[in-house]
Amino acid sequence: MGKTLSEKILSAKSGLDVKAGEIIISPVDLVFVQDTTGPLTVRQFKAGRNQTLANPARSAIFIDHSSPSPNRALSNDHLFLRQFAAETGCLLFDTGNGVCHQLVAEKLANPGEVVVGADSHTVTAGGLCAFATGMGSSDIAVAWSLGKTWLRVPEAFSIRVTGMFSRGVGAKDLILHLIGMIGADGATYKALEFCGDTIDRMPMTQRLTIANMAVEAGAKVGLFPSDKITQEYLKRQGRRDKYKPLQPDTDAIYERTIDIDASKLEPTVAKPHTVDNTSLANNLKDVRINQAFIGTCTNGRLEDIAEAAAILKGKKVSEGVRLLVCPASRSIMLQANRAGYTNVIIEAGGLILPPGCAACLGLHQGVLGDGEVCISTANRNFKGRMGNPEGLIYLASTATAAASAITGHITDPREVL
Amino acid sequence: MQTILKGRAFKFGDDISTDLIIAGKYAHLRSNLPELAKHVMEDANPDFIKQVHQGDFIVGGSNFGLGSSREHAPLVIKMAGVSAVLAKSFARIFFRNAINQGLPALICNTDKINQGDQLEVNLEEGVIINISKDEKYTFTKIPAVMLSILNDGGLIPYINKHGDFKI
Ligand code: SF4
Repeated sequence: MGKTLSEKILSAKSGLDVKAGEIIISPVDLVFVQDTTGPLTVRQFKAGRNQTLANPARSAIFIDHSSPSPNRALSNDHLFLRQFAAETGCLLFDTGNGVCHQLVAEKLANPGEVVVGADSHTVTAGGLCAFATGMGSSDIAVAWSLGKTWLRVPEAFSIRVTGMFSRGVGAKDLILHLIGMIGADGATYKALEFCGDTIDRMPMTQRLTIANMAVEAGAKVGLFPSDKITQEYLKRQGRRDKYKPLQPDTDAIYERTIDIDASKLEPTVAKPHTVDNTSLANNLKDVRINQAFIGTCTNGRLEDIAEAAAILKGKKVSEGVRLLVCPASRSIMLQANRAGYTNVIIEAGGLILPPGCAACLGLHQGVLGDGEVCISTANRNFKGRMGNPEGLIYLASTATAAASAITGHITDPREVL
Repeated sequence: MQTILKGRAFKFGDDISTDLIIAGKYAHLRSNLPELAKHVMEDANPDFIKQVHQGDFIVGGSNFGLGSSREHAPLVIKMAGVSAVLAKSFARIFFRNAINQGLPALICNTDKINQGDQLEVNLEEGVIINISKDEKYTFTKIPAVMLSILNDGGLIPYINKHGDFKI
């Protein structure tokens, strides 16, 4: 019987012929934390009997969520993490390097690997065909010390996407549409596996955007095949040798198949306070915005900054709107600077933030005031997410966020293209 | 671990996110757990922390605990004295984290449970008695591997005891 991508990866890793529903022990190839989950992970690790890392070179700490630190307590957490890295020899990506998931894609994750991180958006590396999933601090502490974890092999949904996106529509609209369709718990415990001609053509940056949001439908993992596009990406990142082709078997058994015609999609927005509360941008013209935020592990990549710059070129951000743009990594920021994108954004009245999570989780750099509305390219719009339960967050693509920054209300980007 | 739990129900709706359980804005308190625990459920019910007593239950709807991987969410719930969380369904990471912290997360139909109902949960038999309404419900069996983690008081004590996963 054929295997899904999840079954293939986990069979190879565990050395067993595994099927959906089985509970297995799998070795882990990369285990990481960030600065808000890291301190508890380190304490759990230190509460364990075995206090050596199974594989320091494949264990990592990212200081990205509150970086640079906005206060003394978080600065002390950063000190604690730096000291742990120095003691154990694990990798440390300190302030200024960027968001963990972007750096994992740029530097660390490879097709066929099992990646676990103390952050729910660890699923991002599924874009590279890594079985990547988020866990809590205790699980990660144990994965650090034993070099393995337990997993239930998930049943999978096949998400088959065909056709060409129309202008102004892309990966973010597709994933918001899918979550709106199946619901925020529509894929709980399942794997989402993407296929179809749209996926075969889809650049890595967009695959990462989609995989990133798999968890917003409750999924354990969001997997893309490992193909020519994966190979090209790895080559560009200097990891040519890490490529291996991986596709699900044609007779793999999927719990559900969902067909999406990309050509029919329109710019889509998730309204407060859940990601599945979706609507078309066109229907939300009356929503005035106070802040537009472009960045995060979902949409802070070079292609996003380029798209924002193209829309903003020669235009001005609407009066009363704050436009915050945050490249997801140092390398993205450098490339955006070289290409002149950041200048275009600043000339239009936008603000460039240092690589990191920035306003995404409400710690600093763009906390909302009472009743304020933000259009954001992030992945979550939960009540209180941006630091204030009285704030309202609408999630959208980079094109929609940039267009809205110009007009001052939620805007279908096709109106300004 | 104790197998009979008794307390009152604190009722919440569907989609209680980890941001509602413990807001991301309190990240600076994550190395000061007693202070962090004062803000548990704050954005969902600001009075919760004043009213909750040792042994009480949090009763949610579907998809309880969606969102971030912060294990602080079940940790502060436990610190507030809550003996178990009951919900129609749990988000994956929260479910695993709760068990890893030794906090029972029980899947059952919570529609009939009201705010303030007096409940008795029998973990071994898998039943919940609603004393206020004289009703009985059952909850879904916890998977074997998670049950042994729960019985050992959480993942770290479990690994310390066995030295490895016992599956
Ligand atoms: S950018 Fe936002 S969603 Fe992504 S890792 Fe940072 S806080 Fe989490």
